[in-house]
Amino acid sequence: MGDFDLSFFIEVLVGGLLSGVMYALVAIGFVLIYKTSGVLNFAQGPLLLFAALTYVSLIERGIAAPLALVLVFAAMALIGIAIERTVLTPLANRPPITLFMATLGLAYVVEGSAQLLWGGQVHALDLGVSDTPFDVYGVFVSRFDLFAAGVAGLMVAALIAFFQFTRVGLSFRAAAADPYAAGAIGLRLHAILATAWIAAGFVALVAGLLWGARLGVQFSLSLVVLKALPVLVLGGFDSILGAIVGGLIVGASEKLAEVYIGPFFGGGIEIWFAYVVALVFLLVRPAGLFGRVQVERV
Amino acid sequence: MSSPASLPAAARWLFPVLAIAVAVVAPPLMNSDYLYEAILLPFLALSLAGVGLNVLMGYTGQLSLGSAAFLAIGAYAAFNINLRVGLPLPVTIVAAGIIAALVGVVFGLPSLRLRGYYLAVSTLAAQFFVQWALTRFPWFSNDSNSGVIDAPTLSVAGIHFVTPLGRYYFTLTIVALLTALSARLVTVKTGRDLMAVRDHETAAKIIGVPVLKAKLVAFAYSSFVIGVAGVLWAFAYLRTVEPDGFNLDRSFQILFITIIGGLSTIRGAFFGAAIIVALPLLLARASSGLAGGALDSGSLDMIQRIVIGVLIIGFLIAEPDGLAALIQRAPNGLAGRVRPRSSPATR
Repeated sequence: MGDFDLSFFIEVLVGGLLSGVMYALVAIGFVLIYKTSGVLNFAQGPLLLFAALTYVSLIERGIAAPLALVLVFAAMALIGIAIERTVLTPLANRPPITLFMATLGLAYVVEGSAQLLWGGQVHALDLGVSDTPFDVYGVFVSRFDLFAAGVAGLMVAALIAFFQFTRVGLSFRAAAADPYAAGAIGLRLHAILATAWIAAGFVALVAGLLWGARLGVQFSLSLVVLKALPVLVLGGFDSILGAIVGGLIVGASEKLAEVYIGPFFGGGIEIWFAYVVALVFLLVRPAGLFGRVQVERV
Repeated sequence: MSSPASLPAAARWLFPVLAIAVAVVAPPLMNSDYLYEAILLPFLALSLAGVGLNVLMGYTGQLSLGSAAFLAIGAYAAFNINLRVGLPLPVTIVAAGIIAALVGVVFGLPSLRLRGYYLAVSTLAAQFFVQWALTRFPWFSNDSNSGVIDAPTLSVAGIHFVTPLGRYYFTLTIVALLTALSARLVTVKTGRDLMAVRDHETAAKIIGVPVLKAKLVAFAYSSFVIGVAGVLWAFAYLRTVEPDGFNLDRSFQILFITIIGGLSTIRGAFFGAAIIVALPLLLARASSGLAGGALDSGSLDMIQRIVIGVLIIGFLIAEPDGLAALIQRAPNGLAGRVRPRSSPATR
C-alpha cells in the first residue's frame, strides 16, 4: 500500500477503540453475573433491550427523564430479584451448561415480554449528547463515543474498586469461588446473587441507553450480546478489566479489518471477524487473556 | 440416566416399530396436504436435526449454538452438487452430509482446546461465517437474488416424489434410517467413548479413551446428520430457501428441541420437535378462538417466545431429562416421581 494514509488509519483505529468500549459496556453485565454465580447470562442483551425500551416508552408518555430513570432501575431491580428467585435458586448446583440454557429461555421470555408490553416499533432516543465529530489534531472523534467511553471508564473503575476493596465485594468473590464454603461461613448467598443481578440490571440500563441512542431502541438491540460474546471470550468471562481490554481489541481489529481486509471479501466481515479474532486468541490462551484457568481433578 | 437400553429387548423395539408403523399408515388416512406441508415435513426435518445435535450435545457434552449453519451447508451443498455434478439423489444427499461433516470437523477443532462456554461461543463463529458466506458469494446459490435457491424435483431411480405425501415418505425413509444409525452409534464402543468424554474428560483420557478422536467424530457425525436434515428441510419441506432462514433463531430452535425432548435420548428429539412445531400452530388457533383474532401476528410471535422460554426454564428445573424421561416414567405413575433427579447428561 503505497498511499497509506496515517491519519485515516488513526481515525479508523480510534473509531474502533471507541466502539469497542461500547461492546465492553455490554460485556461487563455478563462478567458481573459470571463472577458471582458462574453463569454465562445470555439474557443480558434482552435485559438491555427491556431497560431501553421501558425508558423510551416512559419518556414518550411524558414522564420526566430522572423519574423515568429511577422507575426503570426499580423495574430492573425487581426483575433481577425475580430471576434469582424463580430461575437460579431452583437450578442451584446444576451443571453450568444447564444454567446457560436456562438463561437462553430467560432471554426469550424477557425479549417477548419487553415487546409485548411496549410494542415492536423503533423508538428514537436522545440523551442530549450530540454525535457531532470534533477535530483532534486532524483526527475526527465522535463526541458521543467519548461520552460513552467516559461512562464506561467510570463504571469499570467503580466496579473494580468494589470487588477489590470492599467487604461486600469480597463476599461476592467468595460466593463465586465456592458457593458451599461461602454458605457454610454464613454469607447470605441469596442476597449476594440478587444484588449481582440488580447490578447487572443497572449495567444493562446504562448500556441500553447508550446503545439505544446509537442504534435506535428496537428489537435488534438485544443482539448486541452477539457483539459482546467475543469480547468476553477474549478477556475471560470473569474479568472486568478483561472486558474492557477485550472490547478494545475486538472494536479496533474489527474496524481495521473491515476497512483494510473487508473489500477483498466483498465487505460485511464485521459480523464474524470478532469471533475469528477471539478464536485465535483462545487457541493460545483457552481461558481468555485475564480469565482464571480452571484446574480439573479426577 | 434411564436409557432405553435398560428396558427389556422387546420393549426397546416396540416404540420405534410402532412409531414407524403409525408414521407410515396414519397420515394418508387424514388425507390433508396441510398436515404434510405445515406439520409433518418440518417436524421430521427438525427431529433429525435434533437427533444430530443430541449426539454432539447430549452424548458428547459439547454445546453447539451453530446448528443452523450445518442445516444451511447441507442444503446448499446438495443444491450445488445437483446443479454442477448431477449425481443420483441419494448420493447427493450423502455427499452433502459429508461436506457438512467436513466443515463440522473444522469448526469442531477448537473443541480440542476449549471447553464449556468458551466452546459454545466459538461455535457461533460457524453460525455467522456460514450465513455470511452464503449471502456474500453468489456462486453458492448460482447467482440468484440474495442467495435464494429452489430445490430440484425429488426423484430416485425414475420415481418422482412430487406430491406432499410422496415427499413425506421420502423424508420419513431418510429420517428413519439415520435415526436407527444414530441409535446404534450411541450403543457401540464409539458411543461409549463419547459419553465418557461427556461425563469426565480428564478421567476418560486417563482410562485410555481417545478424547480428541471422540470429539471430532462427534462433530463430524452430528454435522453429517444435521446437514442431511438441511437437505430435507430445503428439498422436501420448503422447496425454496434463503440463507436468512438458517439464522441464529433456527439454531436455538434445534437446541430447544434437544432440551425439551431430553438430552442423551434419541427419541427425545421427536418429542421436542413435535412441541416446537405444534406450539405456534396451537397458539394461533387458541388466539383466534379465544381472543377472536384480537391479537396481531407480532404479539402472537412474542407470546410464542415467552411460552417457549418458560417451557425451557420449566423443563430444566422440573425435568432435566426432558419429555423422553417424562413419557417413559408416565406408566409408573407416582413411583416414577421419586427417582433421584441426577442428570449426568447435562454435565
